[in-house]
Amino acid sequence: MIEILTSNAFNTIQDQGRNGARRLGVSTSGAMDPVALEAGNALLGNDRDAAGIEIQTFPFRLRFEADTTFALTGADHDATLAGTTVPSWWCRRAKAGDILSISAPRRGTRVYVTFAGGIDVPRVLGSRSTHLRAGFGGMEGRALQAGDVVPVGETRCEAAGRFDFGVEPPDVAIAGRGPSKDRVLRVRLMRAGEYDLFSEAMQAAFWSTTWKISARSDRGGYRLTGGRLTLDAPVEMRSHGVVAGVVQVPPAGEPIIQMSDANTAGGYPKMAAVIQADLWRLGQAAPGSFIAFSEVSYQEAVAAMAPVNGYLAKLRATADLYRAL
Amino acid sequence: MSINHPSAPFVGAIEKSPKVSLIGTLAMLIEAPGDFDLVQQGRIWALADALSSWPNVQEAVIGVTNVMLAFEQPPDDLGGLSASIIELWHRLPGRQADGKLIEIPVVYGGEQGFDLPAVAARAGLSEREVIRIHSDGEYTVCAVASSPGFGYLHGLDPRIFMPRKSVPSLNMSAGSVTIGGMQTGVAVLTSPNGWNAIGWASVAMFDPERTQPSLMLPGDRVRFRIDRIEL
Repeated sequence: MIEILTSNAFNTIQDQGRNGARRLGVSTSGAMDPVALEAGNALLGNDRDAAGIEIQTFPFRLRFEADTTFALTGADHDATLAGTTVPSWWCRRAKAGDILSISAPRRGTRVYVTFAGGIDVPRVLGSRSTHLRAGFGGMEGRALQAGDVVPVGETRCEAAGRFDFGVEPPDVAIAGRGPSKDRVLRVRLMRAGEYDLFSEAMQAAFWSTTWKISARSDRGGYRLTGGRLTLDAPVEMRSHGVVAGVVQVPPAGEPIIQMSDANTAGGYPKMAAVIQADLWRLGQAAPGSFIAFSEVSYQEAVAAMAPVNGYLAKLRATADLYRAL
Repeated sequence: MSINHPSAPFVGAIEKSPKVSLIGTLAMLIEAPGDFDLVQQGRIWALADALSSWPNVQEAVIGVTNVMLAFEQPPDDLGGLSASIIELWHRLPGRQADGKLIEIPVVYGGEQGFDLPAVAARAGLSEREVIRIHSDGEYTVCAVASSPGFGYLHGLDPRIFMPRKSVPSLNMSAGSVTIGGMQTGVAVLTSPNGWNAIGWASVAMFDPERTQPSLMLPGDRVRFRIDRIEL
């Protein structure tokens, strides 16, 4: 068990998301940076879909009520355990009574704390992710607050195992896609259904604009400013299913990228979709920061997952070995 | 990115084929050709039922004359998959609106039905006439989307169509019976809502702990019964 000591708004329990219930109008929820969450679980020998805490408002503090191994992944941040520094992308063993304090990240927006055994709240529709709008999943369907006592599950590889090591974060380890010097995050997209309805000039503007993620952005979606994409003739769309990463263009012309808590349905023209291999990077982008798009084909988008999967597989294998030493 | 073949692959097919497009590598949208009607919608239900059990399909998400497939993994053979779906569309019989009949008792007007006067004024009818027209109708659940268990209901009498608000009402209660454009529905969450509230129903539309969490499912029929009128 752990007790939450300090938590501001919007810090929630998340896993890899609630799949299979979109058809009932249920958003998937799930970690905004699924790679960071999975990496945290891999460090601890947890299943990949074990639940952790997604922290997006700081400072955050918790107390361990029993000896517990935990990992910190996601945004680059400062943390202390019982007053001693714990690096980002690191796992360590806490003693009962130790307090873990996490401060606002230097880079990125979301920090993940995972625990050996995973957070053991009940699964709802197959997932432990918090669905804030509907009020189920996670901690009673709501954000964490001070005083919450969160159950942690049994772990298979505890006790004798060795814990106090870290790994390279994926934005460093996966070559060629690190943050650029101009502080613009480049993400790759595939065209989507209504791309061809936009004029060539609008298509060109879409790819050449440096977009700003507006302050009105959250886990539901990112609203972009910096340009307007308009259609020569308005198109009537019927409501249809959407997934995280889809870039929709409402009539006012400023695109919206749907994220983890996105509505299951949309009805605006779809320009493109952020590829799975870059969605986690976008999940770390802060309101007020800048992004730019580049186009890839379906084959390129599929191939782009290989380095991500390779990174996670290697991390898991290394962590398993290291714990066994 | 449309992956339809430029020329129809089925020689002799009289009907246009659905539009097939991708939303990233893990989702595919199949949109029926032509206007909205319940016949096309019934074909979408049948298609979704069939595709749900295909390998690699995580789920088939029904929309309004369309269905989105969510995949476990990016499909290997997009062209073949797309062609198989189109072939199935052309030969699969549609499904009737043969689901269960759901009766929903409604308290019309009153505190929760605060937009009833505006709907009546726009329709040029009395509030009682709006209530009678709304409760006389039989509606079909076309799709369940947007919020957990929220049914897109078809069958609203055009006399009481009412455009959505440009500024949503901030805290509309769950259970609000609403009109939005040419649709009616029951709000499932208390949240900002651009539809017009004409009444309220105390029906559990969604419960994630139930074996069947959503009361409404595509193909169900809905009737609103007058429980009480508060004018």
